[in-house]
Amino acid sequence: MVKNKRALVIRTVLGWLIAFIMAFPVFWMTLAAFKTEMDAYASPPLLVFTPTLENFAEMNQRVDYVRHAWNSVLVALGSTFLGILIAAPAAYVMAFHPTKRTRSIMLWMLSTKFMPAVGVLVPMYLMLVWLDLLDTRTALITITLLSNLPLVVWMLYSYFKEVPAEILEAGRMDGAGPLKQLRYLLVPLATPGISSTALLCIILSWNESFWCINVTAVDSGTLALAIASFSNPEGYFWAKLSAASLASVAPILIFGWVTQRQLVRGLTFGAVK
Amino acid sequence: MENATAMSSLPTGSWFKPTRTVRAWPLMAPAVGLLLIWAIVPLALTLWYSFQGYNLLSPPATFVGLENYYFLLTDPDLPRVVWNTLVLVLVPLVVTVTAGVLLAVLYDGPFFGRGIARLLVIAPFFVMPTVSALIWKNLLMHPVYGLFAWLSRSFGMQPIDWFTNHPMTAIIIIISWQWIPFATLILLTAMQSLDREQLEAARMDGAGATTSFIFITLPHLARPVAVVVMLETIFFLAIYAEILVTTVGGPGVITTNIPFYIYSRGLLGYDVGVASAGGIFAIIVANIVAFFFVRAIARQL
Repeated sequence: MVKNKRALVIRTVLGWLIAFIMAFPVFWMTLAAFKTEMDAYASPPLLVFTPTLENFAEMNQRVDYVRHAWNSVLVALGSTFLGILIAAPAAYVMAFHPTKRTRSIMLWMLSTKFMPAVGVLVPMYLMLVWLDLLDTRTALITITLLSNLPLVVWMLYSYFKEVPAEILEAGRMDGAGPLKQLRYLLVPLATPGISSTALLCIILSWNESFWCINVTAVDSGTLALAIASFSNPEGYFWAKLSAASLASVAPILIFGWVTQRQLVRGLTFGAVK
Repeated sequence: MENATAMSSLPTGSWFKPTRTVRAWPLMAPAVGLLLIWAIVPLALTLWYSFQGYNLLSPPATFVGLENYYFLLTDPDLPRVVWNTLVLVLVPLVVTVTAGVLLAVLYDGPFFGRGIARLLVIAPFFVMPTVSALIWKNLLMHPVYGLFAWLSRSFGMQPIDWFTNHPMTAIIIIISWQWIPFATLILLTAMQSLDREQLEAARMDGAGATTSFIFITLPHLARPVAVVVMLETIFFLAIYAEILVTTVGGPGVITTNIPFYIYSRGLLGYDVGVASAGGIFAIIVANIVAFFFVRAIARQL
């Protein structure tokens, strides 16, 4: 396709330049994580230095990394799995048995996302106190699940709609009820879309900070909470801050990079025909 | 959708029991029910508390009528706070969508090492808001030790004290950096379904790159752009962590948006009543925004 060699060269240079600029802050943080505090403040900034792992050791003394990481994993996977389990039947009905109200229900679901979390924080907090669920993974999983649910329904709906209704109709003729159609026809046919939805959910849950900071503490706090405890540096300790940041971001970054292809394939939100 | 309706209205054979539609309600109930509870219960409680004088430090709640709303609406800072909220939605929207379209076109075309370059571009999307705000605030934008300060000095310029002199710009830069990858990802996905033959035909007819971009690529991206605008509006209306970590809303209220205002006026003072009135106000503002611009966009979907 590219006849023009010059266009290719320009593309390559521009593509890499922008990639470098966008990734630079992450790269710079990664370097700082392995510097000593002295090196982190050096001017001119150091590109070459003797790397140290000390910052990670100190971070782990201050916050229990493994516990927070484990909470992050459980909350992300739990809320994603349950979210899809709850959303899929609804999306199935909306895609294949729509009524006049389907559209309004969908818009209403999305409109719940416009409820600013901070506006309902106090009642949520009090409710968690009443239910004795403060600082539990159950609470965080439920909240994350609910705040992602409208998106999940919408995404699944858009993938389900691409599945030809004839296939489901054939299944129905063979006596498959809605749940069987869902399990044996729709899920296999819409796998790329479902995995894309799951990936987006996992990423959003991993990075969810607001609820995590406000309703969890040492027991169920995720990495987002761990990093927040570093957010008000009394005195300067950038290297430790960077180490903690890197440790919280690296798992999801690597996960995102590895699954990038699956993520991208499905991010259509039904907007592309 | 038409397809499904057409199918279910097909005459069914006499041997086949006409099970007209599935019983939709049990399948919808979990999702709809949970969201209903999620939407209504906290909202009702917020509404209730917004009429109470209730400070967590001096517990018994007393009915005070509209006092909390009066306090809120007569606050001279409020117009600025609403303005900031809108700025923090609109400016990053324009920046991320524009950049997203251009980057989607750029990274759609072939070049050396494109796969890796793409991975680098989307990296910021995986970084949690608190972390990215901390990196930008300290490692990059710090007026003395930050990398930008060093760059300015090496070019003989005065380093910019971002969070003192241009706090809003700084926050917008951080937010845009975080969300450009999201726009790019969605639009890149959309580019994959662009009709290449159409582009080729246009080229044969003598259309330049700019012409094909305006008349073929942009119209193709209209719907995905609508999706990006809608989703980002939702996230931008709720911006909180970035402000908390960098400027704490200041100087003054220059970088305070509605969520942060509720946090600082209500929650920091343990004033449940004012925080709740603020919450109701935020919900109203969000719904006005949703009404004006998401409805228009939702029609596209």
